[in-house]
Amino acid sequence: MQKLLLLGDEAIAQGAIDAGLSGVYAYPGTPSTEITEYIQASKEAKERNIRSNWSANEKTAMESAIGMSYAGKKALVCMKHVGLNVAADAFVNAAITGANGGLVVLSADDPSMHSSQNEQDSRFYGKFAMIPVLEPSNQQEAYDMTRYAFALSEKFGTPVLIRVTTRLAHSRAGVQRVEVLGQNDLHLPSNLKQFVLLPSIARKQYNQLLGKQARFEDDALTSGYNQLIEKDNHKLGIIACGLAYNYLIENFEDHQVPYPVLKVGQYPVPHDLVRKLYDQVEEILVLEDGYPLFEELLKGYLNNGKKIMGRLDGSIPMAGELNPNIVAHALGIPVNVGHQNPAVIQGRPPSLCDGCSHTDSFLALNEALSKFSSGRVFSDIGCYTLSALKPLESINSCVDMGASITMAIGAADAGLVPAVASIGDSTFTHSGMTGLLDAVNNNSPIVVTILDNSTTGMTGGQQSSALGKIDTICLGLGVHPDHIRVITPLRRNHEENVKVITEELNYQGVSVIIARRECIQTLGRRMKLKAMQKMESNN
Amino acid sequence: MKKDIILAGVGGQGILTIATVIGTAALMEGLQLKQAEVHGMSQRGGDVQSHLRLSSKPIASDLIPEGKADLVISVEPMESLRYVNMMNKETGWLITSMNPFINMSNYPSLEELLAEIWNLPRNVTIDAEKVAKELGSVKAANIVVLGAASPYLEIKFENLEKAIESIFAEKGNDVIQLNLKALRAGRELADKRG
Repeated sequence: MQKLLLLGDEAIAQGAIDAGLSGVYAYPGTPSTEITEYIQASKEAKERNIRSNWSANEKTAMESAIGMSYAGKKALVCMKHVGLNVAADAFVNAAITGANGGLVVLSADDPSMHSSQNEQDSRFYGKFAMIPVLEPSNQQEAYDMTRYAFALSEKFGTPVLIRVTTRLAHSRAGVQRVEVLGQNDLHLPSNLKQFVLLPSIARKQYNQLLGKQARFEDDALTSGYNQLIEKDNHKLGIIACGLAYNYLIENFEDHQVPYPVLKVGQYPVPHDLVRKLYDQVEEILVLEDGYPLFEELLKGYLNNGKKIMGRLDGSIPMAGELNPNIVAHALGIPVNVGHQNPAVIQGRPPSLCDGCSHTDSFLALNEALSKFSSGRVFSDIGCYTLSALKPLESINSCVDMGASITMAIGAADAGLVPAVASIGDSTFTHSGMTGLLDAVNNNSPIVVTILDNSTTGMTGGQQSSALGKIDTICLGLGVHPDHIRVITPLRRNHEENVKVITEELNYQGVSVIIARRECIQTLGRRMKLKAMQKMESNN
Repeated sequence: MKKDIILAGVGGQGILTIATVIGTAALMEGLQLKQAEVHGMSQRGGDVQSHLRLSSKPIASDLIPEGKADLVISVEPMESLRYVNMMNKETGWLITSMNPFINMSNYPSLEELLAEIWNLPRNVTIDAEKVAKELGSVKAANIVVLGAASPYLEIKFENLEKAIESIFAEKGNDVIQLNLKALRAGRELADKRG
């Protein structure tokens, strides 16, 4: 088979298809979105009937995947790192139930926060749940490890976590495929109480998980994904996890590092390999993208052993993703210097598109709120978060998916009345509905603006679970029909929209204003497709 | 052979298309490649860049080390300057369109930007939008820039043409021809200069 030029994300998707996947479950989130999109667009996946619709959020995705694993088939669940917080309840408990069909969880971290609100390191979740973690260093490993993850999951009856970072997720290279495996037949666990986590059963299951730990480590020794590369210069030993290995070898002629290197791709990292490295070198440098997880383990609380260098001692900055130059500095290797960037360059932050419906929504909201003191708008995760920046400067919070409504409740309870929430349609069905129920039960004096652009915009226009359902959801949750208002955010409706918002700001209960106008990006694509279809039918 | 290329522009200007054309041609020549892209939030009218690495030997890092890029290819003048720190000071070339993309209130004067660009030891500046407009669509400006960069790529020009034919195949013959013309026009500009 010819090599395919794939993004890291696409390599994972192809690896899963070729490993006999039956279903992928996911909520869009940069940098993980392209995995599910690739499977959705794959002809092979369609022929093999692999299910791939978007889930409402990461928790529902995780639980559906556990269900598929229970039924004996191979399931993949994908999310960005903060999505794993949403799925954490199901994720951690899936380690206790164990897996039946292969269950692989993919979490894509975003060190340097290219498109995220933090740079948390998913490897901690793997350690927390006590399951094997795989961390590929390149696109080929991303493909190979995905296949291996399913095998590992079925061999030990455990979920397996794959951790990638933005740089690998969104970087392309050649990938060699191997033969395609068949899907599993429907088969239930031999013990039909395996997934019933009543305390008496959970205790047994937990003991089983504890009993597997040594075997997880043995596997990490024999799988080939952890390698001790022996060299003669024992002044320094280097432990390089995942992508960090590439940044390391980039700094040496023909990629030949003079020091012994432990290349880490599978956790728990085998003690034998670490001891072998530790015993033969004078000092150790730990290179890992994300938090200093392994560095801290190796160092121990009292740091009584050999000198360990990494993020904790300042050899590498604590924040941000690694790159070849950061690694060069840590190794004391001189780096090339380019031209100086001229002072004339200005920053160009992302902004809402020309003609975006959110701009018209926030212009109306800004005017309606101008009569009140500032600092009343709690917002959420999506394109509309950009309204925090100039020129709109409309919002005062963005914390996590769904927090707009619930933060408005708390602020109103504290006396900030009126308080406003602004949340997108997809974010609303992801995690806003339960908060709105709280608001109704509390009769909170808040105005919830649901910015309904009928898509999941920020991640590139995926199908929104909320499509065509928002009005009835709000009614069903108990919002009074008189206070569910629908407006069309257009410049020509500005006066009318300000009037509607003002009326609801004056109401002492829960109001929902649905600002509905399609995302101009998806609208543009739809129109183009329509025009092309028309041309084809005319020809 | 080794070419480390930074592609620069603003979200939506088509730098990933340039990367795909070069990448496809590089594969025809049996080269290895890695290409780091920017997806997500930054694509909304913000600055975007892509690291494209080509080599006859295995490539390690997805990112080009600072001060080692052989080429900066940009479809926007201010964005080209944002990455001059990445360029190899002794050998690096900067190839950019002179057409500013202004979606901000504090955009500097074009004269100042061009003065900085022309101050660099090895640079090519072209009015890509004018050329593309004359050919029929300003949308092909990115491929005009690619044409102007083509003498510095060490990739056969005919392979770039073949790559365009395969990449735009789904969009029909008109689009293919437009982009082939854009590629050739950009190349002519660069050749005239040299």
